[in-house]
Amino acid sequence: MIPTVPQPVFAKWCYRAYVTVFFVYLALPLTVVCVFAFNNSVFPSLPWEGFTVAWFFGTEAPFIGVFNERSIMRSIGTSAFVAFWVSALAVAVGTCNAFLFVRHEFRGKALLYMLMLLPLIIPGVILGISILVFSSSVANTLEDATGLWFDGLRPGLILVILGQFSFITTFATLVISARLQKFDPSLEEAALNLGASKIGAVRQITLPFLLPAIVASAVVSVLMSFENFNTTLMLVGSDSPLTITMFDKLKQGSTPVLNAVSLLLIIVSAALGLLSLLFQNAKR
Amino acid sequence: MGSDQSRLGFYLLLAPILLWLIVLIILPHVGLFLVSISEKIGPREYETGFDNYAAFFSEPLYWRTFARTAIMSIMATALTLILGFPIAYYIAKLTRGRTKTTLFLMCMIPFWVSELVRTFGWMILLRETGVISNILQYLGLVNGPIELLYNDAAIMVGLVYTSILFMVVPLVTTLDSLDDSLIEAGYDLGGTSTSIMREIVIPHAMPGIVSGCIVVFMLSLGNYLTPILLGGKDSLWFTGMIYTQFITRFNWELGSAFGFLLLGLSSLVVFLGLKFSGQSLSETMGRS
Repeated sequence: MIPTVPQPVFAKWCYRAYVTVFFVYLALPLTVVCVFAFNNSVFPSLPWEGFTVAWFFGTEAPFIGVFNERSIMRSIGTSAFVAFWVSALAVAVGTCNAFLFVRHEFRGKALLYMLMLLPLIIPGVILGISILVFSSSVANTLEDATGLWFDGLRPGLILVILGQFSFITTFATLVISARLQKFDPSLEEAALNLGASKIGAVRQITLPFLLPAIVASAVVSVLMSFENFNTTLMLVGSDSPLTITMFDKLKQGSTPVLNAVSLLLIIVSAALGLLSLLFQNAKR
Repeated sequence: MGSDQSRLGFYLLLAPILLWLIVLIILPHVGLFLVSISEKIGPREYETGFDNYAAFFSEPLYWRTFARTAIMSIMATALTLILGFPIAYYIAKLTRGRTKTTLFLMCMIPFWVSELVRTFGWMILLRETGVISNILQYLGLVNGPIELLYNDAAIMVGLVYTSILFMVVPLVTTLDSLDDSLIEAGYDLGGTSTSIMREIVIPHAMPGIVSGCIVVFMLSLGNYLTPILLGGKDSLWFTGMIYTQFITRFNWELGSAFGFLLLGLSSLVVFLGLKFSGQSLSETMGRS
């Protein structure tokens, strides 16, 4: 079935109908989430009680909008904090890894590359519990040995950041390596011939070339960190990121305020996703 | 490149990756394994043994949940492949230019959105007071509200929805690289649509099929949100059991053993998938 080979009209229409149904299936859950954010009712379900923006800006109970719901605003702040650090760390380590794998030949390179890909095939829950178990036993040992407290190694934001960093770095490495492979090393050699130092050449020639990939992987890291649930669930302490707060509220029974948060999340993540694609496809 | 300076540079680049892989990946998994083979014999007293694994095999609830999770993940993977293949073929072969980019983006957008939001959408659609139940009542097809949530079919719908992109993207990539003239040649030589599909298209798309299946299976097996939120009280999922052992029951030894079993199954499937298709991990993962 390709355009140049004629097909029965009926089969063609069946195929198109299937593709249409598929895209409706894709869009349906997100559409209802968005639509019910504007329903003037305390439940995110039918009947439709009229249009309202109270779930965004409302101040009176039970219509307390997202922007006035303190627990949600605080967890958005927590998520942003975590995402910032995860993204910064993942991009920094990812850039180093890209230089290591593209520019250097060494014994055990294939093995190291395979190890670098491992976090992709470890389920997020397992990654979470393994870091939880390890950091707790390190904390126990240190506390027994020194008598001091090591709260950073107990479930909390530091562990959440480390847990997310542990697999997001792989994505950053892959994106940045792909771009570095396209770089023409003679450009850097030219800079060296013209008297630049090694570090100067990398900073002024190579890094600007890598910038689109670096920005793209930073954006993807922020997105993945914001949305991560499985690893975070196992490592979270008293400050919970947005997905955990939403999960707790969802289990208790939801009000449309969750739809309002979701709508904002959909807009922001679609925008970030498109942005990352733009940067990844940037050509020079 | 044998100078001292470049050696120093090499070690400086090697340090972060080693730190990352050893401290956050390798040591935690070794630790997890050590905890999983320790038995509690008294307060803060442990000895080595395989009791936790024995507990898994002797308690039917545990291994049945494990088997159920594996079987449902396999079904979800098969369903995703069957539903996703025609879509990938349509995008790769029957559209071009701007339409192609648009359709591709429309596939991607739902997956940039948090899994929690997607699952929440399905809850609004499927529950007793939900949209679908209301529409069916309005059309007069059912009398009174019907509950579509909290059963295995709901889990399946959610799992397929969550992972279909990871099937479609590698399939589109491999199908894109199939030259149309090969299909034309097939028709010229008297092939039917079915035989061309079987003998030209599917063999060519095999690498994409394998990497898609591996990723979808792994994601379903390790999924927590979808089975917990869409499944009923007795539709257990293995990740849920791990969570219970760790957070609710505080039985880390048994939880670690469960974690290791899940990791073992998922690694085994990845390994077998790669073995049968003769691909390496790097090519498969590089694609998705």
